Amino acid sequence: MPWETVIGLEIHVQLATESKIFSGAGTRFGSAPNSQACAIDLAMPGTLPVLNRQAVDYALMFGLAIDADLPETSVFERKNYFYPDLPKGYQTTQLEKPIVGAGNIPINLPDGTLKNVRIHHAHLEEDAGKSLHEGSFNAAYSGIDLNRAGTPLIEIVTEPDLSNATEAVVFAKKLHGIVTSLGICDGHMAEGSMRFDVNISVRPRGSETLGTRTETKNLNSFKFMEEAIALEVNRQIDVLEDGGVITQETRLYNGDTKVARSMRSKEEANDYRYFPCPDLLPVTITKAHLQKLRLSLPELPDARAERLQQQFGIAAQEAEIFAYNPALSDYFEVAAKACNDALLAAHWTTGEVVRRLKTASLELHDSPVSAAQLSTLLKRVGDQTISGKIAKQVFEAMWLGEGDADQIISERGFKQVSDSSALEKIVGEVLAKNPEMVRDYVGTEESRRKKKLGGFMGQIMQASRGQANPQQVNRILVEKLNEAIHSASG
Amino acid sequence: MHDMSIAELALGLRAKTFSSRELTEHFLARIGRFNPDLNALITVTGESALVSADAADKQLKNGLAHDLCGIPLLHKDIFCTRGTRTSCASKMLHNFIPPYDATVVENLAQTGMVMLGKTNMDEFAMGSSNETSFYGAVKNPWDTAKVPGGSSGGSAAAVAARLSPAATATDTGGSIRQPAALCGVSGIKPTYGRVSRWGMIAFASSLDQGGPIAKTAQDCALLLGAMAGFDSRDSTSVDRPVPNYHASLNDSIQGLKIGIPREYFSSGLDGRVAKAVQDSLTILRELGAELVDISLPNSHLSVPAYYVIAPAEASANLARFDGVRYGYRCENPKDLEDLYCRSRSEGFGEEVKRRILIGTYCLSAGYYDAYYRKAQQARALIRQDFTQAFDKVDVVMGPTCPTPAFRFGAKGDDPVAMYLEDIYTIATNLAGLPGMSIPCGLVDGTPVGLQLIGNYFAEAQMLNVAHQLQQVTPWHALQPEGLI
Amino acid sequence: MTLKYTDIERLAMLSRLAVNETDYSAVCARLESVLALVDQLQAADTAGVQPMAHPLNASQALRADRITEFNQQQAFEILSDNTHEGLYLVPKVID
Repeated sequence: MPWETVIGLEIHVQLATESKIFSGAGTRFGSAPNSQACAIDLAMPGTLPVLNRQAVDYALMFGLAIDADLPETSVFERKNYFYPDLPKGYQTTQLEKPIVGAGNIPINLPDGTLKNVRIHHAHLEEDAGKSLHEGSFNAAYSGIDLNRAGTPLIEIVTEPDLSNATEAVVFAKKLHGIVTSLGICDGHMAEGSMRFDVNISVRPRGSETLGTRTETKNLNSFKFMEEAIALEVNRQIDVLEDGGVITQETRLYNGDTKVARSMRSKEEANDYRYFPCPDLLPVTITKAHLQKLRLSLPELPDARAERLQQQFGIAAQEAEIFAYNPALSDYFEVAAKACNDALLAAHWTTGEVVRRLKTASLELHDSPVSAAQLSTLLKRVGDQTISGKIAKQVFEAMWLGEGDADQIISERGFKQVSDSSALEKIVGEVLAKNPEMVRDYVGTEESRRKKKLGGFMGQIMQASRGQANPQQVNRILVEKLNEAIHSASG
Repeated sequence: MHDMSIAELALGLRAKTFSSRELTEHFLARIGRFNPDLNALITVTGESALVSADAADKQLKNGLAHDLCGIPLLHKDIFCTRGTRTSCASKMLHNFIPPYDATVVENLAQTGMVMLGKTNMDEFAMGSSNETSFYGAVKNPWDTAKVPGGSSGGSAAAVAARLSPAATATDTGGSIRQPAALCGVSGIKPTYGRVSRWGMIAFASSLDQGGPIAKTAQDCALLLGAMAGFDSRDSTSVDRPVPNYHASLNDSIQGLKIGIPREYFSSGLDGRVAKAVQDSLTILRELGAELVDISLPNSHLSVPAYYVIAPAEASANLARFDGVRYGYRCENPKDLEDLYCRSRSEGFGEEVKRRILIGTYCLSAGYYDAYYRKAQQARALIRQDFTQAFDKVDVVMGPTCPTPAFRFGAKGDDPVAMYLEDIYTIATNLAGLPGMSIPCGLVDGTPVGLQLIGNYFAEAQMLNVAHQLQQVTPWHALQPEGLI
Repeated sequence: MTLKYTDIERLAMLSRLAVNETDYSAVCARLESVLALVDQLQAADTAGVQPMAHPLNASQALRADRITEFNQQQAFEILSDNTHEGLYLVPKVID
């Protein structure tokens, strides 16, 4: 039986505020345990929440960016359950009246079609702390770190509009691009800044009713999400084809072992007993405030892609990469303007820079080579001081902190040899050493001679330790070979 | 000295009739003498009180001191006090020493008032007789076989027994007014949002409000002025200037319209209490006020709505007491669930557990609309009753409680009998209105209270009316025998 | 309103309170009497009435996004007997 997959996503996006959603404690990642958990975050008796204006504005900015309904009033509720990472015994979140209503995010599918993904709503809430299961403490215990407790989140809930892992990943990347372009999220997936819960069900193709769904929680990379969806879709199809039924459950995917399992503890029939939080009042959003925010919205991915193509003449594919990665895009723009060669800058930014970040598992903001430093390197390529090949070696040296481009080029004698007499000498020597090749060249039909040049070029570049200016070498070589043809025929 | 009003004490301090240290020592001595029997205080902070008193004396000498500087004070043990145990009269917090002060504590410390200790109360403010305290019940100084009322029973009994000229208290359904009535002292629960709830351990967040208990309306005016004010740390606090409550105490009440709700004089009311209340109303009429019959037709919904909303909010507010970060933790938990379950079951008393279960029930799936939502709607109706009443009258008056103080154990095992104790006080909490109780007579040798309910932020007017009545009546000046 | 044994069990579980089996009937009776009291609400005509959020219909105030709380880990840690290198310890959490 042909099956059809239905996927909906819930995405937790950490908002890039300085302080927490309901307290004045900091939100920096990686601080010493509980050093950023204040009395409010620890749910000390008598403490009370006060809402962070920036968190509200960030949520509204997201709503504006996806053209969502933005109701005048939104309400915080308490979601009651006991868990060690939830110090109050309830999570302050939104249910009946979320801050962002229905909206849309169109995505470009690989086959070139445009698909609209409907956003059901997005609500503001506080993040929980973390339970650490391993450490220098008794193995019968877990250690609770509440630094993350109270970090502002928006939870974005899509309609079940996605049909496969590829679409889900395209959507997730676009969403990542939107929230990072808006500057409302740092986008650091590895640090949990964006976490995906995937609701998956399958049904016979053409069926109108939805199958029973499972929820795979807390996927924090696009790759894991893709893997987890593929795995779960296959599992569900296997179960159904074997005549089984799907149990509604919460699942956990382990990206290291590539195995998913059911979370037993979440199976206990929970009753969250939501009710409006009496410590917080309804939040009122005025039209004037929305208008102010609308005017201050930064450039969004689609608009950015279009502008980059127009302003810099770069290819659509490169523009699209930049559209979803505003930090990379900014890096490119700085480099392009500084070296005055946008195509070269785009080529290098999307190529070498991205490749090197990936192999080093670094985020762009940690790149050891800045856009300005890259541009000096690209200038040397542009003015033919060095070849593209040498430039890669220089880049690697810059990456390793061995100096700036000019310093490395001069210290290592990478400067391209453009001195004609020196080059003529090298070319002459190579030709003298290879009379066979020269004869072969002369004897070759004129239209096919060009292909034979490569053999000479390789030896010449080798003899010059890669520093010969290739264009110049090419000219001298052709000249000298032409002389050989003339003398043979003369 | 212990018979003097705060205003008189303030004058005495300035005239150097006595120093704050002498005053503090005097009240500490009374606490040492009478508290072992009354059990009105959970913690006495004698040493730090003397340090504060000396600091106050220095300030008084410099001449720039606040009116309340050097006056002794007790805090209900629900207000967090930095460095001093704050137990909420619960085993759950028997070892909790907050590293922060409640705003109310901060505000009063700022004036130079001297904290003598922390008062006993019903556990987590849940009760109307003080019998639910982990530290044992407070006794009514007028008759030690009887309850002082609750939940601020310790604060009311301490002021009545002249163990302190002033005490802070909180009121969620009558917890300032009912014990004030049963102990023969004055207490005011201000408009919701008038006094910051920061650092005040939450029972029911949308109903809780702090306020003072003292001998007279005048003393309450001085205290409330210092306690009240906007606090950016409490989202429900109201940003509105605090009037000088003291300045308007002597305004004339000629032409004042007093609404008398017929629902507050129904069958459950003890006839002797009714008579004491009527007598005060008659005096007010003689002072120039006009008595107007009014109806608050949704009054009967108050107790049912309250016993949905308060337990519901409490069930969530008390979820933080889980044995992990502070407070009571059970011995040798065998797993996480056991840690939660036993810490909470062993740390909370019966009434607290009962209310948590009720609240959980009212919020659980399938019941939310029928209970919680319905109760919040009833609340809107109750508010509307008062809004309409205040179109016609300036202040509403009636009894504070249906009966005088009762004997320990008199309400037996039935929680509902105890809940009806607050039948006249609960509506103001639901509506967020200010309410006040002042003594208006003795029944069977124990005091009974007259309740004043004002419009939003009409505290100045209520204090004015109460003060005027206290100028011509003796009740606030009576004190229990045997505590000289 | 009558409560079943399983109702009490569930409420106790949700509240993380242990109710002794021997106490079930007493607990039941008291809860039922309170629920009978609150059930008087059902007679109220509340059609079209907006539930009350705040007595003065106030809106939430917003605070500036500034760090105002600094590390007080040590001051808080002493309130618990079960910490280790800054972490609060609980019996192993099983997901």
